[in-house]
Formats: sequence, C-alpha cells, structure tokens
Amino acid sequence: MLVCRQMEALDTAKIRQDFPVLQRMINGKRLVYLDNAATSQKPKQVIDAISNYYSNYNANIHRGIHTLSEEATEAFEAVRPKLASFIGAADAREIIFTRNATEAINLVAQSWGRQNIKEGDEIILSPMEHHSNLVPWQMLAKEKNARLVFLKLTEDGLLDIESLKEALNPKSKIIAVTQMSNVLGSIVPLEEVCALAKSNGTLVLVDGAQGVPHIAIDVKKTGMDFLVFSMHKMCGPTGVGVLWGKAELLEAMPPVMGGGDMISMVWRDRYTPNQIPWKFEAGTPNIADVIASGVAIDYLNSIGMDRIRAHEIELTDYALKRFSELKDVTVYGPKDPALKGGVISFNLKGLHPHDVGQVVNEDAVAIRVGHHCCQPLMRDLDLMGTARASFYIYTEKSEIDLLIDSLINVQKVLGHVAL
Amino acid sequence: MSLSDELYRETILDHYHNPRNQGTLEGDKVLSVEGVNPLCGDELVLYLKVENDKVVDLAIKSRGCSINTASCSMMTEAVKGQSLAQVEEMIETFKNMMMKPEVQDIPEEFEDLEALQGVKKYPVRIKCALLPWNTLIEGLRCAESRASGSTEGPKTVSTE
Repeated sequence: MLVCRQMEALDTAKIRQDFPVLQRMINGKRLVYLDNAATSQKPKQVIDAISNYYSNYNANIHRGIHTLSEEATEAFEAVRPKLASFIGAADAREIIFTRNATEAINLVAQSWGRQNIKEGDEIILSPMEHHSNLVPWQMLAKEKNARLVFLKLTEDGLLDIESLKEALNPKSKIIAVTQMSNVLGSIVPLEEVCALAKSNGTLVLVDGAQGVPHIAIDVKKTGMDFLVFSMHKMCGPTGVGVLWGKAELLEAMPPVMGGGDMISMVWRDRYTPNQIPWKFEAGTPNIADVIASGVAIDYLNSIGMDRIRAHEIELTDYALKRFSELKDVTVYGPKDPALKGGVISFNLKGLHPHDVGQVVNEDAVAIRVGHHCCQPLMRDLDLMGTARASFYIYTEKSEIDLLIDSLINVQKVLGHVAL
Repeated sequence: MSLSDELYRETILDHYHNPRNQGTLEGDKVLSVEGVNPLCGDELVLYLKVENDKVVDLAIKSRGCSINTASCSMMTEAVKGQSLAQVEEMIETFKNMMMKPEVQDIPEEFEDLEALQGVKKYPVRIKCALLPWNTLIEGLRCAESRASGSTEGPKTVSTE
C-alpha cells in the first residue's frame, strides 16, 4: 500500500552552507544567483572530490595495474551504475560519458542518424529546442536530404500534442524533444510523446539538460530511446555529459570517434570496436570530473528529487505571484507552476533585456539575458530576447524578493522607452 | 554613485529615449548597410549618403539596447556633414577610446560620445557601442569602391 506522507521542505539554509560561492559579495552585496538554467553552483563535496582525485590517486584508467590506476578506474566506473539508477536504467553499460549534452546529441545524430536516416525521412522537433538539439539535426538532414518537421506550441507555450499526432507518419524516424524548455520552463509530457512515437515505430531522444537536474526521470517507465543531460547543471562539474541509450540501439550503432579505449583489436589496416559503453569513449576521458559527478548524484539523492521538485514548484508559484505585482512586465510560458520548471522568462516593457541584466547585476542579482540559445523560438515570439531567472535547491523566496526590488529599481533608473 | 548610474548616466539615457537621426533615407546615392550583434540581438541598418568626400547625410534604423541605441544616435550627430578624412579620424579616436584602458585625449567635437567610456568596464557591452561604428566603416568602404566604379554591395557587419 502506498503511504502518503507530508514531504519535508528543503532546509535551504543548511544546503547553502555547502556552496562556498553563495558567500560571494558583489558590489558590496551578497550574491543572488538566479542563473541555474545556465549552470548550477557546486557544493564543496563535489569540489573536494576533484581535489581529492588529483591529490591522492590521479592516474589514467582502464590500463594500469598499479594501485593508483586501479583506484581511479574503480572510482570512475562506479559512477556509471549510480547514474543508471538515478535515471531508472537497469544496465550501467547504457551510460556513455561525453563532454556535455550537446556532444551526446551530436553522437546520436552522427552515429544512429547517419546509419538510419535516409532521403525523405522526417525528424520531428519542438519549436522550443535549444540550438544543441536543433543544429545537429539540421546537419544530418542536410547530409541525408531528410526533412525537419516542427511541432506546435499552445498559447501557453506548452507542447501541442495534437500537432504530434498530425506530424507522425511512416517517414517519421525520430522525435528529438526537450524534457523542459530552458526559456519557457514548459515541461513536455514525455510519456504521452513516447507512447505516440512507439505506436508509430518512431524513436524518441529526450534532451534532459534542463529537466534531469530538477525532475525525477525514469527512462524505462517513460519509454524513451535516448536521454542526454549535462552534469554541470546539477551540482556537478563542467565537462561531463551523459548519453543514455537502449543497449540494443547502442550496440548496433557505429562509433563516431576513433582512438584508444574504443577498440578491441587493432591491426595496421583495421580495428574491431570495443563493447558498449567504451565503444563511444575514445581517448582519456574526463576522469576527475566524472568521479565528482558521482558525488553530485549522491548529493542530489541525499536531498531527494521529489523534494527538489516540490521546492521549485513552491518557488515558481511565489515568483509568478511577485511578478504579477510588477507593472509593465510580460512573463512568458505557462503560468501553472505544476506544468513548468523553476524558470521565469520575462521582459520589462520598453527595456532591452541586456540593460535589465546589467542594472540588476549592480544589486548582485545574477540572471540570464538574451536569446538563451533559442533564436528560432525568439523569432516565433517576435522578441529580441528575454531576461530569465532560474532557481535551484539553494534558492530562497527572499532572493526572489531581492530580484523584484531590483527590477523596480531598473524601471526607475532606465525609465520607459517606446520601442 | 553606483556603476549603473555611471553607465546609464543622463547623456546616454537622453539619446536612448530620444535617438537622433533614427529612420531611413531614400535615393539613388544612398547606401544601406546592415549591422548585427548576435550576442544580444542588436540590429541596425545604416543609411549613408556620401558626396564630394563628405558624409552629407546619414540615418540609422535600429533595434537594440540602450548602449547600442545611444551610440547610434551620438555617432550620427558627430559624423553628419563631416569630411571623410574627419570621419575616419573620429572612427579611429572612438575605437581607441573604447578599446584602450587609459583615458585618451577626447577631441571637443566628441561631446556626448565621451559618455560611452563608462561602457569600458563591461567588456561584453563594448560590442554594443562599437556596432554602428563598424557598420559605418563598411559603409565608407563601399562608398569608396562605388566611387571608383565597382558595383559590389556592402557586407553585413557582425560583431561575432
């Protein structure tokens, strides 16, 4: 029997003590870091793990027989099963390390894509994809004379499922879609997308760069074929991306990069590839940062993804209320915090987002401004860009208050301009 | 005085709120050059009319941030009616003022343009201030090659 219990709220004061950078003063004021959709801050546990590796057991992996190499190999490989269980995958061989989520998408496009996409085939994308889940498919489509098909958004900025039903046909080979928009915050109903895709024989690649750090995901239950995400947006270091794919798909895919580690046997004129996952990991990997990524996963697990999601729903709800009190502001994307992540994209009437970002920085408030690597979406919305505040485990309501105060000051400093 | 007060001080805000020479020019002798700043989305079209080695008229149709809009406005005021030699000197002086750390000797005719020096502390936004000037350089280059009979059109100027 399922027992419902009150979820304990996050102790942000305690969490904040783990993040040294949150003590940082800027222009004489304490940092208010609201740019988490770009990258999260790192807890000292993760920072220490990197230092510990280099200080105590730095060695190359997979080939040494000395103590340091064995320790490094063991620590590195221990991260794979940890990541597999974090996303609900049964098999650690399905976890491939890349430099970032972008590289993981490129890997699928260039390996699976080149092998399986033929002239006239269709690749389905949402109109709110980050450039990283758009340009690799443009490159593939150009090479193969395939076609990119774009779904629609509802007025609220949610994925229009009807447009997917209309788009699917025998030529639809893959749907590449975000779990959560980095601009609008919209959460995509992945189970529905995957069920429709499956009944059409179409694969689904999910860009989890924005979603995985904030929302528990289960690749098996959801029924996707590929998932990519990036550790630096989830308390981990930069330089580690993850590709998860179904083992049978990965086994059938050719390697993209050649070199050490990805081979089994090599002759002067040929080679045989290694098993998965190493088949896709040519060269010395980012050992220190992969090991530290495992510590980041431990850190998130110790808090609990369900509590993280609940915390962010509460923050988003609060932020939407506070924004509604502002004059001359437009907030983009869904207004129901249950349907969106902790991302508020907005514009102040008559003001360029870069000016807004610059002035709030004087109050030590760090937000993102610009097109957020989503130029086609900006064009759809007829915007030059937006300002964006995004939250994470250490964000407090008082910081949202500081942002709002700062925005009121922006309107005072810059005044109104008819654009 | 906070940095943002310094950055957005009155002169810049005045040009931002009331940009001079904003609009388009028409006619056979008018050259138009596009400038874009992909980083923050500033876009402009510079309309330029050069006759007898003089910038007889110019206008800019722009959509951008305060720094970009103000720089466009100030540049058109400073350059209009000046000889090509004077304009080239101004371009050189402005670039030096924005790119070099030490405060340069600012010529008198710069008046308002001097206010843009505050942007130097914000390296990412120097591009916003330079865009109209870089677009002007392309416009002048094109005007010169037209004068010597070439039919080559101007290239879009991008800060990236």
